[in-house]
Amino acid sequence: MPNSDHTRTNHTDTAKLVNENQCHMCMPLGGVVAFKGVEGSMALVHGSQGCSTYMRLTNVEHYHEPIDVASSSLNEKQTIYGGEQNLMKALDNVRRVYKPKVIGVLTTCLTETMGEDLNRIISTYKAEKGEIDTDIIPVSTPSYDKSHTEGFWTATRDIIVHYTRKDIAYHKRINVIIPHISTADIKAIRMILDTWGVEYTLLPDYSMTLDRPFAGKYMKIPDGGTPTSAISEMSGAPVTIQFGLTCEKNISPGHYLEENFGVPLINLPLPIGIGNTDMLMDTLKRITGKPMPKSLGYERGWLIDAMADSHKYNASARPVIYGEPELVYAYTSLCLENGSIPSVIATGSAHSRLIPALEKLLEESDCDEYPVILEGADFSMIEAAALEAGSNIAIGHSGGRLLEEKHDIRIVRAGFPIHDRVGGQRILSAGYGGTLSFLDRFTNTILEKKHSSYRELRKQELLSKIATVTETGFTAE
Amino acid sequence: MDNTCSLTADTDNLITERRNSIVTTGKNKSSICCTSDSLAGAVSQRACVFCGARVVLNPVTDAIHLVHGPIGCASYTYDIRGSLSSGSENYRKSFSTDMKEKDVIFGGEKKLAACIDELVEKYNPPAIFVYSTCVVGMIGDDIIAVCKNASQTYGIDVIPVESSGFVSGNKVVGYRAAGEALYKLITPKEGDVIEKTRKLNFLGEYNLGGEKWVVERYLREMGIEINVAMTGDSTVEALKKSPGSCLNLVQCTGSMHWLANKMQEDFGIPYIDVNFFGADNTAESLRKIAEFYDDPEITAHCEALIEREIGAVREVNAKYRKKLEGKRAAIYVGGAFKAFAIIRQLQDLGMEIVLTGTQTGKQEEYERMGRLLSEGTVIIDDANPAEIEKFLVEKKVDVMAGGVKERFLAYKLGVGFIDHNHDRKDGLIGFEGAIKFIREVYATTCSPVWKYMREEKGGM
Repeated sequence: MPNSDHTRTNHTDTAKLVNENQCHMCMPLGGVVAFKGVEGSMALVHGSQGCSTYMRLTNVEHYHEPIDVASSSLNEKQTIYGGEQNLMKALDNVRRVYKPKVIGVLTTCLTETMGEDLNRIISTYKAEKGEIDTDIIPVSTPSYDKSHTEGFWTATRDIIVHYTRKDIAYHKRINVIIPHISTADIKAIRMILDTWGVEYTLLPDYSMTLDRPFAGKYMKIPDGGTPTSAISEMSGAPVTIQFGLTCEKNISPGHYLEENFGVPLINLPLPIGIGNTDMLMDTLKRITGKPMPKSLGYERGWLIDAMADSHKYNASARPVIYGEPELVYAYTSLCLENGSIPSVIATGSAHSRLIPALEKLLEESDCDEYPVILEGADFSMIEAAALEAGSNIAIGHSGGRLLEEKHDIRIVRAGFPIHDRVGGQRILSAGYGGTLSFLDRFTNTILEKKHSSYRELRKQELLSKIATVTETGFTAE
Repeated sequence: MDNTCSLTADTDNLITERRNSIVTTGKNKSSICCTSDSLAGAVSQRACVFCGARVVLNPVTDAIHLVHGPIGCASYTYDIRGSLSSGSENYRKSFSTDMKEKDVIFGGEKKLAACIDELVEKYNPPAIFVYSTCVVGMIGDDIIAVCKNASQTYGIDVIPVESSGFVSGNKVVGYRAAGEALYKLITPKEGDVIEKTRKLNFLGEYNLGGEKWVVERYLREMGIEINVAMTGDSTVEALKKSPGSCLNLVQCTGSMHWLANKMQEDFGIPYIDVNFFGADNTAESLRKIAEFYDDPEITAHCEALIEREIGAVREVNAKYRKKLEGKRAAIYVGGAFKAFAIIRQLQDLGMEIVLTGTQTGKQEEYERMGRLLSEGTVIIDDANPAEIEKFLVEKKVDVMAGGVKERFLAYKLGVGFIDHNHDRKDGLIGFEGAIKFIREVYATTCSPVWKYMREEKGGM
């Protein structure tokens, strides 16, 4: 059994102070994405103008969609005297222009430091306006300490807290709660659930709002997203499936539903990789009492077939895997079951349950080498670890591009944000089919590098060996 | 819920308080409302003071750029520009003090000082720029004192950039903060002797896609050397020699006029405004520079260069003008300098500008803009997506020029898009840049993709 003690590093444990080349973003960003998965919803960031613009830009570059995020545009005066009037004006203007059903109000470092009391401001606003047909949901997202991952979970949880009630009649629709994944993966998960024929409420569902089919017009708030009526009934569901193995209890939406309404929680890893997808299938088998649909069985068969085709190439890979905890866990298990032993596994987030989950996974995998695991990491740490460990391929978002540029460690792009390629939202890895599509991309990246360099490398290696052989036939070594 | 755009003016969707920020040339007698704070909830396209300072200083290649604040500010600006470097790549790294809750409560000065220590030990940089962010301004960390202390300890320039985001939603305030930081860096210390040269400085040039190198080649051909650009492909050492130059060229006026004026006052360096975007602008600018040097040899080289280069642009222009004449264009960019450059180039192609605007334009710039445009053109200050959408549809725009946030809005409406943002990878400067620009305008305006979009539109 591998001994992990010397391989674990937590940013906060070390003397390192400067964060160099960030691997994570700020809390309200994750909150913005979560709100884009609620029907008729608009996000409003309470802070200075720059914050919302940066979050828009990051989302726009990834999703290649127009994505509007409002700001209360605080300036110096409000920073001193309070931002209440600005927030109220912002609510007025957003309601006027966007006519949203829901406004998610997210705090920033600035307004958290100012101590803005969102609950009070919003109740004052409602009292002043009388009956309004907009639900206003405040979420506290102070960026110091936490990352966009926690922002996503916290906002999702607060959305549930806002809508769910105790007096909801028991019904058949299961709850499905997802972490921050690509819109293609949301669609893949939906496809699996539909194929099984289960009824479900998936939250947050930004598969249509952040990836619009062309329709000849621009919609200020695009159709799609989880209907609020469905969210309010999540407390009456028979069970919650949450893809949140790494989500801490205090911000876990599924945990909230279990604690407050007794909805049993099944916390699963993302269905990426064969084992993780099997877990979802087993769960659905239990829930529906039906055998796995044939079409999914075929997909599983194709995946195994493809794994055999690529296993030897994959064995030469020493991937560095980085990004949000839930994705990192899923890609690690996918690599392990394909014989690619990860060299470095890292997340910028410092507050997840990733490390114990990974340790369990690595122990069970019986791999011959043990990866370096970094929590609260930045890319200077990831880069150093990758070079030390001899990584030759990476899985992760665009933030790691210097690995590729400087060290020719090619990145199989996955996660968020992808801003140096098109189709970040279309990156598919979920389900058997998605796993297969990811695996082909991964293997082909290894092959592409091999084919483009092996002639030169072998030539150098072998000719230099010949050169060391002296005339008498003994090598100089 | 009606949240789709319509072909009729849906004034209900516009905010009445923004009325004075939108004018139509020839119709409005009143002047445009600009340079004020963005309206809360209006979904402004603007960024913040920190962003302004960061984009101006970032291309200083061998300096360390340390963002003092929680993670987001640095994270969103990590390697943000397409500026190229001939040497150090330090500028592409993104450093943050990564403030935590306890730093916010107890103050972040100690952490900042420790981070500077760590960076000096690891990189031994010639200078460190320390950017303040919202929270730092709010809790009142004395970054000036920390920087001063570190400067004395290490004998290098550790320069505070006072760029707390909340000071203004207008990036221009950040440009000024960056200008002040540069001024601190280049002001000779006691005893320093700066050699006077015949070289010039090129202010407001950021070497996006190697743009500085294009102009550098032109000038060298004329017999003129660039001392340093501010800040594209610059080094701390080269910047410190800038007070010895005989002339400052100012390209991006929004970011550099303040510094140019200051250098004129304090170092006696005159400046001239230049614009190397578009063939005619480039030719005009080169002539202005030659005129300043007042040397027959330089003038002769200048004319020979223009004659040789401009022909190729004219040829390409003539070829594509046939395809583009009469097309309707919109421009929404960060600053007026960029707007002027694009207006002229599109008009040269026979295109009609029907909508224009900026995030940070000033009164006199909008007035000048109005004079360049035909009657009936809409001009918007600090526009938002709802307004841009309304006018793109109403004015039947074929192509828009702007930054990333506008790009996909245009695409959704079946409108072509010309990228003129600060993370651009291809240079658009000079004569060769003008050719690239024309080809890009053609490629997007006349792309076959819009045909499918129009069919789809009809079918919906």
